[in-house]
Amino acid sequence: MAAVQETVDHVKSLDVTEYKYGFFSQFEMDMAPKGLNEDIVRFISAKKKEPEWLTEWRLEAYRRWVTMEEPDWARVHYPKIDFQDLYYYAAPKTASGPKTLEEVDPDLLKYYAKLGIPLHEQELLAGVEGAQQRRVAVDAVMDSVSVVTTFKAELAKSGVIFCPISEAVHTHPELVKKYLGSVVPTSDNYYATLNSAVFSDGSFVYIPPGVRCPMELSTYFRINEQNTGQFERTLIIADAGSYVSYLEGCTAPQRDENQLHAAVVELVTHDDAEIKYSTVQNWYPGDAEGKGGIYNFVTKRGDCRGKNSKISWTQVETGSAITWKYPSCILRGDNSRGEFYSIAISNGYQQVDSGTKMIHLGKNTTSRIISKGISAGHSQNTYRGQVTAHRKATGARNFTNCDSLLIGQNCGAHTVPYIEARNDSAQFEHEATTSKISDDQLFYCMQRGLSGEEATALIVNGFVRDVLQQLPMEFAVEAQKLIAISLEGSVG
Amino acid sequence: MVARIVSTRTDAEVSLADTFGSAKATLPGNAVVKEMRETAFGAFAAHGLPHRRIEAWHYTDLRSMMREALPLAPLPDVRALEAVRVELAAAILPAGPRLLIVDGTYVPTLSDALPEGATVRSLADVLAEGRADLIDKLAAAKFAVGDSIVALNAALMQDGVVIEVAPGAVIAEPIHIVYATAAQTPVARFFRSLVVVGAGAKILVTESSLGAGGRVGQTFGALIFDVADRAEVGHTCMMTKTEPGSLRLDTFIAELGADVTFSSFALVHGEGLMRRQLFLRCVGDNTKAALNGVSLLKGRDHADTTLDVEHIGLGCEGRETFRYILDDSATGVFQGRIRVAPGAQKTDGKMMSRALLLSDDVVMNNKPELEIFADDVACGHGATCGGLNEDQLFYMQARGISRAEAESLLLEAFASELADNIGHEGLTAAFRAEVADWLAARTVKG
Amino acid sequence: MLEVKNLTVSIGDRKILDGLNLTVKDGEVAAIMGPNGTGKSTLSYVIAGKPDYTVESGEVLLDGENILEMGADERAAKGVFLAFQYPVEIPGVATMTFLKAALNAQRRQRGEDEMTTPAFAKKVREAAELLGIKNEILKRPLNVGFSGGEKKRMDILQMALLEPAMAILDETDSGLDIDAIRIVAEGVNKLRTGKRSFLLITHYQRLLNYIVPDTVHVMAQGKIVRTGGKELALELEKNGYRDFVTATAAE
Repeated sequence: MAAVQETVDHVKSLDVTEYKYGFFSQFEMDMAPKGLNEDIVRFISAKKKEPEWLTEWRLEAYRRWVTMEEPDWARVHYPKIDFQDLYYYAAPKTASGPKTLEEVDPDLLKYYAKLGIPLHEQELLAGVEGAQQRRVAVDAVMDSVSVVTTFKAELAKSGVIFCPISEAVHTHPELVKKYLGSVVPTSDNYYATLNSAVFSDGSFVYIPPGVRCPMELSTYFRINEQNTGQFERTLIIADAGSYVSYLEGCTAPQRDENQLHAAVVELVTHDDAEIKYSTVQNWYPGDAEGKGGIYNFVTKRGDCRGKNSKISWTQVETGSAITWKYPSCILRGDNSRGEFYSIAISNGYQQVDSGTKMIHLGKNTTSRIISKGISAGHSQNTYRGQVTAHRKATGARNFTNCDSLLIGQNCGAHTVPYIEARNDSAQFEHEATTSKISDDQLFYCMQRGLSGEEATALIVNGFVRDVLQQLPMEFAVEAQKLIAISLEGSVG
Repeated sequence: MVARIVSTRTDAEVSLADTFGSAKATLPGNAVVKEMRETAFGAFAAHGLPHRRIEAWHYTDLRSMMREALPLAPLPDVRALEAVRVELAAAILPAGPRLLIVDGTYVPTLSDALPEGATVRSLADVLAEGRADLIDKLAAAKFAVGDSIVALNAALMQDGVVIEVAPGAVIAEPIHIVYATAAQTPVARFFRSLVVVGAGAKILVTESSLGAGGRVGQTFGALIFDVADRAEVGHTCMMTKTEPGSLRLDTFIAELGADVTFSSFALVHGEGLMRRQLFLRCVGDNTKAALNGVSLLKGRDHADTTLDVEHIGLGCEGRETFRYILDDSATGVFQGRIRVAPGAQKTDGKMMSRALLLSDDVVMNNKPELEIFADDVACGHGATCGGLNEDQLFYMQARGISRAEAESLLLEAFASELADNIGHEGLTAAFRAEVADWLAARTVKG
Repeated sequence: MLEVKNLTVSIGDRKILDGLNLTVKDGEVAAIMGPNGTGKSTLSYVIAGKPDYTVESGEVLLDGENILEMGADERAAKGVFLAFQYPVEIPGVATMTFLKAALNAQRRQRGEDEMTTPAFAKKVREAAELLGIKNEILKRPLNVGFSGGEKKRMDILQMALLEPAMAILDETDSGLDIDAIRIVAEGVNKLRTGKRSFLLITHYQRLLNYIVPDTVHVMAQGKIVRTGGKELALELEKNGYRDFVTATAAE
């Protein structure tokens, strides 16, 4: 309710093309030489003092990657990327190695405060509005490394492991070795294979059996350096009967050249476990003419390995010049459930090709897909999804709803679902619509005093409500603001 | 998977090249047409048979499914034609002139004359004569760009019919294009037909087949409609009576002017590998187009319906409704794309596919697509698949109806719901009879 | 005060209002009656600023200021309120959210402070209770799945909250049963205070039993053809519109 007002104020307080997170900060950086070869892979591995098996794992991925070609089936167009013209490792010098909050460079903390990411546990505990504010543990990743992880001690009390993956390699090698690459194998696809070779850091989460994670976990990704690819790797394991809600946020400075972000996220749920994974993706989208912006080529996959397990993806995609992303669920355990809730907004010259895969392998597995795409400006917005029930997945159920909204005459909205049933007890329902905001709705709102832009933001917020409701409260408010900002200048 | 596969030509591709090499001198057409054939075959050879990495053929991997290419069908001889004549006499078709195409060749002696306002000629004659406007329409260059099967048909088309309907002409009875087979050995047939409908004319064209007499064959057909403003056009296609092991690939193309009313209905229940690909362009404003189809599949049948509906004019309405019943180990494929071009405002496009799955072994693949470049539109698609409704079955059984009969009733209702869209009493009855036959032949499982 | 002067309006190439003149004074309740298709709803839309119409000539003055060049939202902030014949559904937007957004948008445009949430919630609850609108409905998306009567009452609720200077009620009685009409009419009558003016557009005399007008105008073929007191409505009820339709057609 209040958010609508905040949205409106926010829109008013901004210039049309201003990206709130577009600033850049100078830190002393530790960088690998430009380009990619086996030595660079070894350099990254050595920097992180990795065990030999992991170095070998990376090298194997690299060797495979050089034989592969970039996929071209998505509806996105961009000049060929020169993978030798990128830096594959960049770390703030002061942040090398995991630290406690007290040891973190105060400038870094200020930097994150500017981004709206509070890292001081005390501040959070005190809270601006006292006890009302929920506590969220944060892992802050800048360029290639994790800067700090908060609330570690408290989480450890309940047995939850939440730390940079580079740290987990040393502290929990058996878990990393067992699960890394078990959902997204090194051979999976071009960008995932590249990530396997050069991944820098990311978050590692392990929730022990029967534990309900006492607070929300969150990773905040930031690309700061120029010409630097960001290749983070996230691995979340929910052991039998456990539950965790995980949030991911991302921003990058405003730059004229494009930057590459190729992350891999792997989720594993065992029997009766549940992971709720929410993303608000706000990478720099490029300017009004389509110059600059992040190439967001991300592989996210969850494996419902145990019976009655559940994985739920919620994403709000407003940023990036190009988004290529299909958070998916492999429903392996009987009675497991996968969910995908998505809002994808494109404006300017953004290109979005996003969706999900629900692969039904176990019996009586269910999935639900709700996708809301909004295209404005000169953008192209594609939903691409796959629902497959295998022969033995008897009783599989899926419901899919994809709605697209077009604002203006120069954008495109596209829907490409693949629906594959391989047994007669599978029951699939798919519906998709494309429309524009109706003139009657706009007039009705304006008759009641809302301006055209306010009315549009309100109607769009209504259009995406089903998905917003899936987000944790704080994120939902943030997302609502983002939606309004993303659509700025789209109303003629 | 991402690594590029360097492909070698399959046996079928090699023998198609041989077929073209030896037949091209004798295939009909003037110099322009011969040039067209060369270009078309070049396009085919460049891509080869379509496979699953070709998006439009994702679920019908012809490269692996088409093991061999059969020799081109010879001209039917007198004895064969006599057999067809007998068969035709016994065929039950609603009233209306019949045009016989035997093994890809139009046979005027077995065909009827068309009523006033419509004319028919053989494709071979039209290709030889080379009238530029007709050749242009036959080439249909704006359609199915990059589809190697359409290119293959253009390279090897043997014959077909060219029907022209004068502006304002109203042809009361349906014109039946009837396909028959005569060759005693397995052969390949390539035909292409064109129907040019003048402004304000009214016509109904049907396609059906006589029994193949147990002969396996490969059929590559194409039917092109060119419809001028305000015309009212109906079309039905009964893709039936193909044999297990046979291959039938039909391409249907229609370009519609303004204020046209167009409707097409197809029943697919032959056997073997069948694919209908339909390309529809609504070029003029305020045109209404409806495409409907029912596929009844069993055994190891594989039937693919792939639509590409493009809206270019303002305020056009598109309705595509397709139903599948799948039994045994059959595979159904539905791919439907609605495209709305930039500026095609007020387009109203709806597509729906529903499949009933009756056996553990069936596969149903659905890919409905929307590709929208105009904002003031109302477009949507739906796709469902699942088994028969157990509550309904139980309800009927509780009223004393056997399970088998209950299933039949539900299936018949499901298949027949679209019959009203045929718009011709005799053809509707023929369709219902086919559905009843299919259901009667079906064995109900516990 | 609302003054409509010599207003000619068309949609496409069809003329709908044809040199219409109408004045509604401060505090006056005026009714416009007339057969279907004479342009009653068009008049209400044009006053409220719906974009689909072309104003060929004429003026619409609110307190002496021509409002025809203003956007619909500006007119709303000036005090023009239209209760729609067919209130629009807005999926996903909770009714409370919408009400607050509208109220505060208008207050902002007028340079007033926004209302605090508790004060606002209290105001809505009170108004809702008077109109027999259940609390549960306020949480649902605006007008989505509402019955015809609920939609109409929701529009009257908005009128009560927004406190317009000039309220236009377009066929508010259509589709309502007697009980609902009484509730709606009571809601309107409570708002008949001070300078606030009303323009009731209705096809039947029925509503005017509950909301007694000061003036009744008869509209036919795009203009006002007769003006009288409340007794004119009863006359129309008895004799129908035939005389007016033929009279103007004969002109």
